[in-house]
Amino acid sequence: MIVLSDIGITFNKGTPLQMQALRGVNISIPKGQFVTMIGSNGAGKSTLLNIVSGELVPDSGRVMLDDTDVTNWPIHARAPMISRMFQDPRSGICEQMSILENIAIASGRTSPRGFRFAITEALRKRAAERLAILGLGLEKRLDDRVALLSGGQRQALSLIMATFGSAKILLLDEHTAALDPGAADLVMRLTDSVVRQFEITTVMVTHSMRQALDFGSRIVMLHQGSIILDISGADRASVTLDNLLDLFRRKEGKELVDDQLLLG
Amino acid sequence: MTLFAFVGAVETGLVFALVALGAFITFRLLDFPDLTVEGSFPLGAAVTAKLMVAGLDPWSATAVGGAVGCVAGIATAFLNLKLRILHILASILVAIALYSVNLRIMGSPNVGLLNVPTVYSFGERLGIPSLYVPLIVVGIVVIVAKVLLDLFLATGFGLALRATGANPRMAKANGINVDLMICVGLAIANGLTGLAGGLFAQMLGAADVSMGIGVIVIALAAVIGGTAVMPSRLIPVLTIACVLGSIVYRIAIGFALNSNFVGLSASDVNLVTAILVAIALVAPGSRFRSFRSTAAK
Repeated sequence: MIVLSDIGITFNKGTPLQMQALRGVNISIPKGQFVTMIGSNGAGKSTLLNIVSGELVPDSGRVMLDDTDVTNWPIHARAPMISRMFQDPRSGICEQMSILENIAIASGRTSPRGFRFAITEALRKRAAERLAILGLGLEKRLDDRVALLSGGQRQALSLIMATFGSAKILLLDEHTAALDPGAADLVMRLTDSVVRQFEITTVMVTHSMRQALDFGSRIVMLHQGSIILDISGADRASVTLDNLLDLFRRKEGKELVDDQLLLG
Repeated sequence: MTLFAFVGAVETGLVFALVALGAFITFRLLDFPDLTVEGSFPLGAAVTAKLMVAGLDPWSATAVGGAVGCVAGIATAFLNLKLRILHILASILVAIALYSVNLRIMGSPNVGLLNVPTVYSFGERLGIPSLYVPLIVVGIVVIVAKVLLDLFLATGFGLALRATGANPRMAKANGINVDLMICVGLAIANGLTGLAGGLFAQMLGAADVSMGIGVIVIALAAVIGGTAVMPSRLIPVLTIACVLGSIVYRIAIGFALNSNFVGLSASDVNLVTAILVAIALVAPGSRFRSFRSTAAK
């Protein structure tokens, strides 16, 4: 469960480049919900995600995860509660290490790291089992360097790493945007099935309205640092691409300048 | 090259292998260009020598020299992580400060150890030729340090340290306290360097305030040369490469200085080392591209 109350943040304060990235955002995401978050460039989507993960500390407001106030917690302290996938397939993994070593690092997110050997037969077996569900044959390449994997395979590995051990909250920051269409589709389907299987509270930032409509049970649209649309339940089930754009125009009272980008 | 010179080169190489293992942790694993060793090497020497002269047994004195080296590494970590000073500058500040600290500790630019029992003195009693004693003692210390380092880096904690250097963003997202890892890495690296300083002072028969000059370049030459000849992904292979790199480097320098036709003298060592390191860095296929400025990548 994620509760953000009155989150505000301003970048480059006191300079000509000052920008109010988030203006008093309030949102509550119950356990197990899959939220897709859309909006144009600079709307504040990634900023909001970074405030949940701890990469940014808001100027005002509170971040609550499962009834714990984590507003000022460093990233690593929140990590046992939060799993993440990044846009750049290189960001979520250590390229020069093996698949198994990467998984060993990820397993330390939820279980203590200590001074025992990181790579054990038990871990090897568990990693192979989890990787097998991807259907990409990665379970037979445990000792290969991750540098040898394609972008899609790396993101699939990142997904397994993010959900290794237990995963309460999954933050996806345009995690398929850097992949070719085929790989993006595969990673998205795998993500959806893993999220459903483990009932993980998920927030996915995306540039694609199509992706936002196809997955998840709630759509949130940000514009200029505020939530301008928040559809869930029965409304969410009936919403289409056209009326999503319509809704946006009515709310904003103007044309969406970069709807090309949103449809992409 | 005489046998005497050859053994001298190997034992010096072994001492600097400890510094090279430290540089491997900081430069290669943590991606933290740490120059603190220029100060922590003579610091280890100064503390060890002073304690030995004061009557402490040489083994304890050497151990304290290593422990004080750890503290120097933690000081650099503090400047970088808490005061947000650029990593390389933080390490230079500590190294410069240590120059004065070392003079204070020793009370003079050098402390002689000629009439004091050292860690190499036991050889006389056992009847081992004195030429080979340092070789045996430092050799054992290096092997123990290398094996312990290998074991440490294979643990969950060690893997977290490697992830910190390889991809700090990913490390944080996976719950790794990267500040702690950098601090621990710098402490280990400078601890090994302090230990090397103490062992080296006992070998020379004196601790000298200027004995740290160029130490980091020699260590880097060993790390870069060794891992270029023995490239691997396996930590135990890379650490043995650092040790062998350090020994081979010393032997090569010994030969160069002993052969008149090259026309080199002892004072040219630092220039030659710097040129070798520069060549190794820009060589095609170099694994040390991260040591180059971003403009060069």
